[in-house]
Amino acid sequence: MNGWTRKNGHVVAELSQQEAAVIRGLVGQIKDMLVARAEEAPQDELAELTGIRTGPSTPPEDRVLGRLLPDFYRTDPETGETDEERPDAAGAMRSLYEPELLDRKTGTASVVLETCPREGGRVVLSGEQADSWLNALNDVRLALGTALDVQDDELPEDPPEDDLRREHLGVYQWLTWVQDSLVEAVAS
Amino acid sequence: MTSPAELERAQQDELGNEDRPWVTVVWNDPVNLMSYVTYVLQKIFGYSRDHATKLMLDVHHKGRAAVSSGSKEKVEGDVAKLHAAGLWATMQKDS
Repeated sequence: MNGWTRKNGHVVAELSQQEAAVIRGLVGQIKDMLVARAEEAPQDELAELTGIRTGPSTPPEDRVLGRLLPDFYRTDPETGETDEERPDAAGAMRSLYEPELLDRKTGTASVVLETCPREGGRVVLSGEQADSWLNALNDVRLALGTALDVQDDELPEDPPEDDLRREHLGVYQWLTWVQDSLVEAVAS
Repeated sequence: MTSPAELERAQQDELGNEDRPWVTVVWNDPVNLMSYVTYVLQKIFGYSRDHATKLMLDVHHKGRAAVSSGSKEKVEGDVAKLHAAGLWATMQKDS
């Protein structure tokens, strides 16, 4: 892949089969995590009657999923104090907004899976599809970056040859480049 | 891009300066690209590239920036949109 270019109002790139497989595989994994989280949501009769869905009131235990579904209020890491006095405020906000957030994120992942050819080749995206790609690629980078402990805008120390992280780090760096190139093509 | 309805709302927000009890805060994080954060702020809030870049640099250098303000409902919606884009955003009462 040589990056994204803008042609007649679309953004275009050529992906090798391997590149397409990496993107589809990772985006698919994130989508599966999000769908599993959505299926854990409490079912209640009132929600079924009114159509107003409620999500869980507690953040995911998994830190990767937690980064994709953040709280609405910040908790001070040292004091444990939040910006909202009521202790249940973050939970209430989460149950209100998480179902929609999961829908949006699984939706953008689906757009990538629909527009990224399995066998590789030319990808042609409308502006709206390109925005979905940006969001979905970002979710993958957030997940990988969290799992790899990427800190302070710097990549972790180059892991030793036999470290499994080495390969993941290479993928992370490649996705960073793919996303940056797409932002540039879309914003130009 | 922005629509006439959003423009009108933005103008009302400008006018109601004293009545802005909530702010949306974006926090620095090590993964989000500077170019992407700028693009998201332009897209969600209709900010100019210059203004979005200034806010992005505040996030990057100061660790945080207030990117919008207004009623609790408006700020909730803004945080939800930023979360959908993968930015680390929270809401708090204006101090």
